[in-house]
Amino acid sequence: MRPFLAACLTCLPAFAAAETPVLTVMTYDSFTSDWGPGPAVEKAFEEVCGCDLQFITGGDGAALLARLQLEGTATGADVVLGLDTNLTAQGLASGLFAPHGQEPASGLPVDFDDAHFLPYDWGWFAFVYNKTRLETPPDSFRALAESDLKVVIQDPRSSTPGLGLLMWVKAAYGDEAPAIWSSLADNVLTVTPGWSEAYGLFVDGEADMVLSYTTSPAYHRIAEEDDSKDWAPFAEGHYLQIELGAVLASSDQPGLARDFLAFTQSPAFQSVIPETNWMYPATEIPLPEGFETHRPETSLLLGAEDAQAIRAEALAEWQAALSR
Amino acid sequence: MAGGAVALGAGALALVLLPLGAVAFHAGGLSLSGPDLAALRFTLTQAALSALISVTLAVPVARALARRRFPGRGLLITLMGAPFLLPVIVAVLALVTVFGRAGWLNSLGAAVGLPPVPVYGLHGVLLAHVFLNLPLAVRMILQGWLAVPSERFRLAESLGFCPADIFRHIERPMLREVLPGALATVFAICLTSFAVALTLGGGPAATTLELAIYQAVRFEFDLSHAAGLALIQTGLGAAAALAAWHLTRESGFGAGMDRPLATRAPGGWRRAGDVLVLVLAGGFLLLPLAALVTRGLPGLADLPWSVAEAALRSITVALLSALIAVSAGLSLALAVARGGPRWLELAAVLPLAASGLVLGTGLFLLIQPVLPPPRLALPVTLLVNTLMTLPFVFRLLLPEARALEAGYGRLAASLGLRGFARLRLLVLPRLARPLGFCAGLAAALSMGDLGVIALFATGREVTLPLLVQQLMGSYRTGAAAGAALVLVSLSFALFWIFDAGGRRASPR
Repeated sequence: MRPFLAACLTCLPAFAAAETPVLTVMTYDSFTSDWGPGPAVEKAFEEVCGCDLQFITGGDGAALLARLQLEGTATGADVVLGLDTNLTAQGLASGLFAPHGQEPASGLPVDFDDAHFLPYDWGWFAFVYNKTRLETPPDSFRALAESDLKVVIQDPRSSTPGLGLLMWVKAAYGDEAPAIWSSLADNVLTVTPGWSEAYGLFVDGEADMVLSYTTSPAYHRIAEEDDSKDWAPFAEGHYLQIELGAVLASSDQPGLARDFLAFTQSPAFQSVIPETNWMYPATEIPLPEGFETHRPETSLLLGAEDAQAIRAEALAEWQAALSR
Repeated sequence: MAGGAVALGAGALALVLLPLGAVAFHAGGLSLSGPDLAALRFTLTQAALSALISVTLAVPVARALARRRFPGRGLLITLMGAPFLLPVIVAVLALVTVFGRAGWLNSLGAAVGLPPVPVYGLHGVLLAHVFLNLPLAVRMILQGWLAVPSERFRLAESLGFCPADIFRHIERPMLREVLPGALATVFAICLTSFAVALTLGGGPAATTLELAIYQAVRFEFDLSHAAGLALIQTGLGAAAALAAWHLTRESGFGAGMDRPLATRAPGGWRRAGDVLVLVLAGGFLLLPLAALVTRGLPGLADLPWSVAEAALRSITVALLSALIAVSAGLSLALAVARGGPRWLELAAVLPLAASGLVLGTGLFLLIQPVLPPPRLALPVTLLVNTLMTLPFVFRLLLPEARALEAGYGRLAASLGLRGFARLRLLVLPRLARPLGFCAGLAAALSMGDLGVIALFATGREVTLPLLVQQLMGSYRTGAAAGAALVLVSLSFALFWIFDAGGRRASPR
């Protein structure tokens, strides 16, 4: 009975595929939600591709890669959207991804050229605060450590922003990172498993600042007409998160998959990003009114190999400093 | 019937152990590392303390509820079940609203000049775990009190027993039967804590085994490490279940005539004590629920339409899971009560200590060669929800099933009452109250469950907990609080309907 059932169920999409090819894109939950970029992207791409674009979701960036590694070549996904630069070394080593064949994205504050991973949006990590409660925010990690402000951060072992902060401190301070973390320990109110919990605690007024993005205040400004949130510029510079798309080597629609990655660089895709994903577009297109009020002077980013190489050590330092 | 129960028990054990084995097999072995010892120590400490405190506090609360009658008692008992049904993240935010740095209590304290009391640390973890598990412990112990035939209390009264004698001869044997199971259950639940422990624990010192598993699967893709950790976690749960089963002594009160308890409750300071206990416990459990309502109400206006669809999907899953879990739990409890193999008890507790992430990953590995996992999202959700709620159902039904067999087993046998007739005429009416409570609990728990299913999610079939998560993940904290309120209200409504239905159908 079971093989029969399995055969029937696996045949169904095969029949459909005979007429319209199906492109399966794996991405994170918030991308495909009603208010994320998913619906608009699906509509725009289906108008030009003559195909059926289907999303499957699974957690955040790290969870996506773990799931792809779990599925191996049996994965049903043709394209993945939502990895970041801290994961690319691990992703490349897995051998799951094929070269995308596109020109490098043009709208990034740093040069980023990778044969396998193509940026579709990006943002700077930053500490976000409430202007009505905090008049002069700290202007560096050292100033934050000297203040008696309380911040909420995310755990680098379970969240991509948390890992981003780890890399930020490491990129800014190198061998001094453990000392910085020790001095920050009394400012860390708590550590949450993911971004949502941390941001929720901040919005509730539990913490003075939260680790998020420079684009977070834009959401409140544009979507909620609330100008009370801002981000604090740090003298050390701000670490970048670059969100990446890639083609699966095991895809049975490699042509369509590459077309989709090319489409991520088109105005139809890019213009949706700022006000749905609340990140910067990866190409040079005009930003929405009020999206950006100021930007960091320095961008920090560790190379994929460096990020991978120092992760375990940085994690141990972080854990030791904050466990005391 | 017994054969069916053995199959069910074996199925539950297999569902816990096979996925673990699949992960270990896929990884080619098990492994552990140095920092795991710290995680193990913290996990054990917080789970043991959480269980001890929850159950210790639950005893006076259950006794006050058992021996006092006052207007709103039924509502209080029902409402006290609510914290247990909260999705973790919702519970954390509600607790922080009351106990947090900028919370109600600290604001009140600041107004009268008290220094702020920080909630983050081991005490914060314990606070949250007691908040979440005290109601369950109270209900388990209260069921024990209600299962003592009122004739025993009448006899005690006519013999001139003082409260200390009643405690020695009636209450202590009853507690001896109920407490080990309650302790083991709360301990096993707290073993798998991750988001609560980390967020209220205040940092990486509060690293639990489940968080280490999360890290191993998600960030390092080190499946042998994940399997090693999961094995320890499941082993601890098994040890707790074994200890509970060695410590449990049957009270042997026999059956009564189902007359309402008409004994006089002790007055004087004991009465004042009961009032104080109920006010404190009620306040502790209900304040965060009030916070949830005040947080959620403004967000109701911003809810997307998809909330209705998601709610319908969640309710369907919840009702189906409840039906399966209660049938399976009843079958197991009856089999154990009738002297079936004792390992069945282990099978019905072990799922509590299973790592959700390893269970999900293992099922994924097992299913993948047969079918694309996203296509099985709904059946797997049902299966996992049933497995996760089975321990509660079993634990709550077991003492009642034992009392039923002790009191009526021989009579039923001598009347030749068997099969469906036995179920309809004896079991269902006698166990209506706990069955209703269990069905409500299973349905409500299945509404909130999310963890295991993430790997199978398709993104198209959004359930209510997933919607809350999506809203929170895209800055819509207000709408998320609204959706969480809808989720909790629906869970609670399901729970209330079944619980009240069971109490109405009960002869007692």
